[in-house]
Amino acid sequence: MTKKKTKTTPTQRDGDMSAKDAGKNISPEEAYSFSPVDRKRAISLIGAAIGLGAISTIISRIVPPPAVPEGDGTIRNLPQLKSGGTEGNSDNLIRMQNELRRAMAKPMESRRWLMVIDTRKCVGCHACTVACMAENRLPPGVVYRPVITDQQGRYPRQITRFFPRPCMQCDNPSCVPVCPVRATWKRPDGVVIVDYDKCIGCRYCLTACPYGARTSDFGSYYTEHTPEIQPYEQQPTNEYNKSWSREDHGSPVGNARKCHFCLHRLEQGLLPQCVSTCIGRANYFGDANDATSLAAEMARSGNQVRLLEEKGTKPSVIYLV
Amino acid sequence: MSLLQEYFNDRNKVVKNLKLIFWTACALSLLIGFYGWFVRIVDGHIKANYGSIVTWGLWVAGYIYFIGLSAGSFLVSSLVYVFNYKKFERIGKLAVFTALVTLLMALLSIWADLGHMGRAWHVIVFPNFKSPMAWMIYLYSLYMLLIAVEIYFLLRYDFATGANNSTFKGKIYKLLSLGSKDSTEESKQRDKKVVKRLATAGIPIAILFHGGVGALFGVVSARPHWHSGLFPILFLLSALVSGGALLTLISSIFQQGWSKNKGVIIELGKMVLALLLLDVLFQVSEFLVAYRGGIPGHTAGFDLVLSGPYAWVFWGWQGLIGTVIPILLLIFPTRKSPLWVALAGLLIAAGIFGLRLNIVIPGLAVEEIHGLTSAIYSHRVDPHYFPSISEWALTMGIVGFGMLLFGLGEYFLPKHEEKT
Ligand code: SF4
Ligand code: SF4
Repeated sequence: MTKKKTKTTPTQRDGDMSAKDAGKNISPEEAYSFSPVDRKRAISLIGAAIGLGAISTIISRIVPPPAVPEGDGTIRNLPQLKSGGTEGNSDNLIRMQNELRRAMAKPMESRRWLMVIDTRKCVGCHACTVACMAENRLPPGVVYRPVITDQQGRYPRQITRFFPRPCMQCDNPSCVPVCPVRATWKRPDGVVIVDYDKCIGCRYCLTACPYGARTSDFGSYYTEHTPEIQPYEQQPTNEYNKSWSREDHGSPVGNARKCHFCLHRLEQGLLPQCVSTCIGRANYFGDANDATSLAAEMARSGNQVRLLEEKGTKPSVIYLV
Repeated sequence: MSLLQEYFNDRNKVVKNLKLIFWTACALSLLIGFYGWFVRIVDGHIKANYGSIVTWGLWVAGYIYFIGLSAGSFLVSSLVYVFNYKKFERIGKLAVFTALVTLLMALLSIWADLGHMGRAWHVIVFPNFKSPMAWMIYLYSLYMLLIAVEIYFLLRYDFATGANNSTFKGKIYKLLSLGSKDSTEESKQRDKKVVKRLATAGIPIAILFHGGVGALFGVVSARPHWHSGLFPILFLLSALVSGGALLTLISSIFQQGWSKNKGVIIELGKMVLALLLLDVLFQVSEFLVAYRGGIPGHTAGFDLVLSGPYAWVFWGWQGLIGTVIPILLLIFPTRKSPLWVALAGLLIAAGIFGLRLNIVIPGLAVEEIHGLTSAIYSHRVDPHYFPSISEWALTMGIVGFGMLLFGLGEYFLPKHEEKT
C-alpha cells in the first residue's frame, strides 16, 4: 500500500512542477491555493484519522462487558434469623427491614432512600466504620463512614458529640457533574454510584465533594508488610451486586470509592451494614416516599439538621441533634 | 570577572561545555525517570504520597505547569504569525516547537496521575460536557492537533528542500516532510498563509483551554482556596509569564542563540517583566480579598501558603527566586545584557513551578470537615503531603524527555535564515 503511494505521488508531482517550470504564468490565486495532491493527502489523512476513531469507538462499544460472576460465592446468601420475631414493629430494626422489603417491591423510581442519624444516641464506638470496612473489604485509606468527633467548649464547660459521616447521597451532588467520563451518577432511588469499570481515577470527584465522602483506592493492604497478605483482604468485594477482584491493580484499585448505602445488601432485603451494626441504634434507614416508614417519621423531627447546607448539595442524610 | 569574560569569549569552548552539561543532565534525568516510571507501572500508586485529602500532588502541579508553558509560548508565537510582530520573528518556529514539546510533557505528567492509565481513552469516548475537565481535554486535543499541523506547515519548506541531501539529516527531513517535495517559492507563500490561519484559530483555543484548566480548579466550591473568579485569568497570566520566560532562556541557548538572538532576548525580557508585574498584582488581589474577608475556610489555604510547613516554597522559591530577583534583573541595567535576561527567564520559569505547587497543594491540604482527618488513621487521609521519591523521579523523567526533544530539535530543526 505505502509503496504504491510513494511511487505515484512523486510522478504526479513532477508533472505538476514541470508544467509550472514551463514558464506558465501563475496567478497569485493559483500560487496560494493547494495543489490537488496536497488536497488529496490532507483528505486522506483526515479520513484515516476519522476512520481510526470510528473503528476504536465501535470496538469499545461492541466488545461484551466482562461477565459478572453470580451465585453463592458472590451475592450474599445470608440465613434469616429465626430467634426473634420478624413480624410487626416488635423492634426498630425489624420494622425498618420490613419497610425496606416493602420499598424494594416497588419500582426503583418510586423509592427514595433516606438515612437519619441520631447524634444523641451515637456513643462514638466506630463499630459502623469497621463493619462497613469488613462488608465492602475496604483497603487502608478507604473509609466510607468515619465517625467524626466534634468538641464544643472547654473543659469543664464542654460537650463532645459524635457524628458518623456516610456519603450524603446529595440530591444536587457536586461530585457528579465534574466527572469527565460520566462514571458517577445519581440513581433514581437517590443513591450516587460509581461505575468502577468506567472510572479513570482522575480524583476530580474527591476534590469536588464538600464532605470528603469519597476516597480513592491506592491499592494497598493492611497486612502488606507482614509475612503474608491475609486472604480476607484479597477476597472480591460485592459492591453494586458484582464481584470485584483487586488482583493485578484491577478495579476498584485506582478508582474513586464511596458509600452506596450497601445497595448489594438492599437487593437482598437487608439493611445497610452500618444500620444493622450500630450498638446505639442511632441510625434510621428507609424510603422517604413512604410517609409511614420509621426513617421518614424521624426525618420530620424538629431537631433535624443537614450538613453544610449552604453548599447547595441537598443531602439525603439527616442528623438529629 | 575578566576570567569569566575570557571564558565567554572563547565561544567554541563554551558551546562544547554547555552541550556536555546539557546532555549529561538530560541523560541523568532520563535515568532517574526510568526508575519513576518503572515504579509507577509496576506498583501503581502505592509509592506515591498523595491521597484522598490532598488528591492531587506533584504530577498535577507539573501538568498545569507544563501546559501553561505550552499555552504561553504558543501565544508568543502567535504574535509573530498573526500580528506580524517582526521583532520576534526569529524565534517564531522555536516558540511553536516549545509549545509542542511542553504539551507532550504535560500530557505525560497527567497520564501518570490517572488511577487507570489504560483507560485514558475513556475521556474521548465518554465525555461529560458538564465537567470542565472534559472541556479541557477536548480543547487540548484540538490544540495538539493544531500545533502539530502548524509546525508541519512551518517547517515543510525546509524539510522539502533539505530532503535532497543524502545525509542522515536529509533522510530524517524526507521522513518529516511526509513526502512533500514542493520546494517552490509559491508553496512557501502558501504555507505561510496556512500557518497564519492556523495560528489565528489557535489563539482562542489556547486561551480557552488554559482558562479551562483554571476553571477546572476555580469551579470547585468545596475548596475555597480555588473558588474565585480570578482563577482562570490568573492561570492564563501565569502561563504567559512562564512561557515567555522559558522562551527567553531557550532562545538564548538554542542553536547558539545568545550571539544571534540578542535583540529578541532583550525584547522578550521587557514583555515578561510587564506580564510578571501584572501577575503579581493579581496575586496580591487574591490575598487581599481573602484576608480582608477573613472567612476561616477561605484563609486556611492562604495561611498554609504563607506560614505552613512549605512556606519556603512561597517565600524562597516563588517569591525570592521567581519574582524578586528576576524583577530586579529586568529593571536594573542588567536588562540590557542577554546573559542576565536569560538568567532572569530561567529564574521566572522555575519560580512559576513553585506557584503551581502553591496552587494545587495548599488548596487541597485543608480537611473538608473539621475532624475528618483525625477520624481516619491513614497517611492517605492526611493534609500533610510531600512528594515521594518516585514522584520526583517520574517528574524528572518527564523533564529529561523534554530535554531530549529539545536536544534533538536543536540538531534537526532548520536554523533561522538571515533575511538579506
Ligand atoms: S456527599 Fe459527596 S460523594 Fe456523596 S453525593 Fe454528595 S457530593 Fe457526592
Ligand atoms: S475519579 Fe472516577 S468517578 Fe471520580 S471524577 Fe474521576 S473518573 Fe469520575
